[in-house]
Amino acid sequence: MTILTRPMLSRRGLIGFGGAAAGGLLLSGCDAVVRNQKLKAIVQSSEAATQRWQRLIGRNGLAQEFSAADMSPIFKVNGTQEPMEPEYQAHKAEDFANWKLAIAGLVNKPLDLSLAQLRSMPARTQITRHDCVEGWSAIGQWTGPLLGSVLKAADMKTNARYVVFRCADNYGGELSKGGAQSTSIYYESIDLVDAFHPQTILAHSMNGGPLSVGHGAPVRLRVERQLGYKQAKYIMGIDVVSSLAGYGSGQGGYWEDRGYEWYAGI
Amino acid sequence: MATGETTGETTGETTGATMGAAPYLFHRHALAVRVTHWINALAIVFMIGTGFNIFNAHPGLYWGQYGAEDDDAKRWLEIGSADTPQGVAYGFVRIGSLTVRTTGVLGISSGGNGQPQAIAYPAWSTIPSGRDLATARNFHFFFAWVLIINGLVYLGYSLATGHLRKDLLPRLKELRPANIGHDIIQHAKLKFPRGEAAKRYHILQKLAYGGVVLVIIPLVIFTGLGMSPGTNAAWPWLLDVFGGRASSRSLHWVAANLIILFIIVHLAMVVLAGPYNEIRSMITGKFRVDPEVTK
Repeated sequence: MTILTRPMLSRRGLIGFGGAAAGGLLLSGCDAVVRNQKLKAIVQSSEAATQRWQRLIGRNGLAQEFSAADMSPIFKVNGTQEPMEPEYQAHKAEDFANWKLAIAGLVNKPLDLSLAQLRSMPARTQITRHDCVEGWSAIGQWTGPLLGSVLKAADMKTNARYVVFRCADNYGGELSKGGAQSTSIYYESIDLVDAFHPQTILAHSMNGGPLSVGHGAPVRLRVERQLGYKQAKYIMGIDVVSSLAGYGSGQGGYWEDRGYEWYAGI
Repeated sequence: MATGETTGETTGETTGATMGAAPYLFHRHALAVRVTHWINALAIVFMIGTGFNIFNAHPGLYWGQYGAEDDDAKRWLEIGSADTPQGVAYGFVRIGSLTVRTTGVLGISSGGNGQPQAIAYPAWSTIPSGRDLATARNFHFFFAWVLIINGLVYLGYSLATGHLRKDLLPRLKELRPANIGHDIIQHAKLKFPRGEAAKRYHILQKLAYGGVVLVIIPLVIFTGLGMSPGTNAAWPWLLDVFGGRASSRSLHWVAANLIILFIIVHLAMVVLAGPYNEIRSMITGKFRVDPEVTK
């Protein structure tokens, strides 16, 4: 033996003790780390990096489209099953005959489109995959006019930056996580790159029939390069805006107000 | 690794008559390797913990383009809970037609309040502990950037200096079954290399480290990107390679489990080979080389 090894025995013991202690502290330490607000802000800055990266590698990329044989036998209804708000129930009772989609905000020609008018517009039909943030996915067929065509008809002002979708459903749950200004009414928003993407449509039909209540009747958004929570159902109004500050807690959506990424391309 | 610069400074004093030479400190790991190792370790701990939390939001895996609750034919793995006919709750892992009861660990485990909780991975194993998909995703994607950038720095360094070629890529003769078999036997006997042989990786180390660095971590990154709808649109070939988004998610889970397996074996070997010397070598770079036993 050499004298080199002698002090190491005790140091070795220390490392063993330190290792066990570190193991025990690791998990509570990780919790402390993820609850740290300053650190959380740094961590959330990676969302912008992800958005910039995805726009760099494929700003105009198209989501994969499938054949009818690839479709899910059962397309799960997720989130709100049916909005119970009186206004929505009244529209539903009339089969949405008097429902009107208002396109307002930073537009030169505000529009008020009936379901019949939306259905008479040139439509795109696409069989695409819907990816829920939870991890499941389903393939379905969607039909509706391009959101871009509707926005062009409304003639957006030059300071427009985002398109906000106001929905009928009061989603309720997890209100506490959204902060004092949060709303429990579902809403979503996208930027103009996604709004004018050639696969971004206002779907009034699904799998060959009218959109069911479970899937968002009368009209839902399909923004195919993003996760399921961006595909706003039960759209009651579309606002063209320059800032998301006026909606909910200002994060751009119901789930975004509760900590989820606004850019949901991942 | 910088095997080229042998700074074998002899620090010990020879006192034992049975040994031909004293142990000495050898500069084993280059600074860039040490720094990227620990950043990688930190990122992977967070990736696994947040990954468990994300998996808990939908604890089933499918093969193909899609998969959800109703797609039983496509589901090959499920971690869940159910009741016996007597009404006793149990946790299970189902792979294909094989179901294993895992109450206490997977499917049902002790929650933060000590009460049994129906959850795939136990709260103590997830970051944050307990269900929090939003925070878990925020951290998962942040550390994904850390993992990728750190990995590129490591790869750039390793290619530029020859670390990859000299230290990690197996020589053809090392891959002979006899050599691999010999190495496995030495490991089973817990006999670790001494002398000159301790200065370089043996074949099992090369296969394990090289496999993790060059195969499994790239696989976990690309299968992760395969789940991203934005990346799918930009890089449609990704899902052609992996066979669909549900398949990509499955392979992501498999690759993550291979990393977990590697970490368990890696830490066990560090402990068995002498944790002080091993951990020091990855912090200061200095590794104590014991002389070969001469009889």
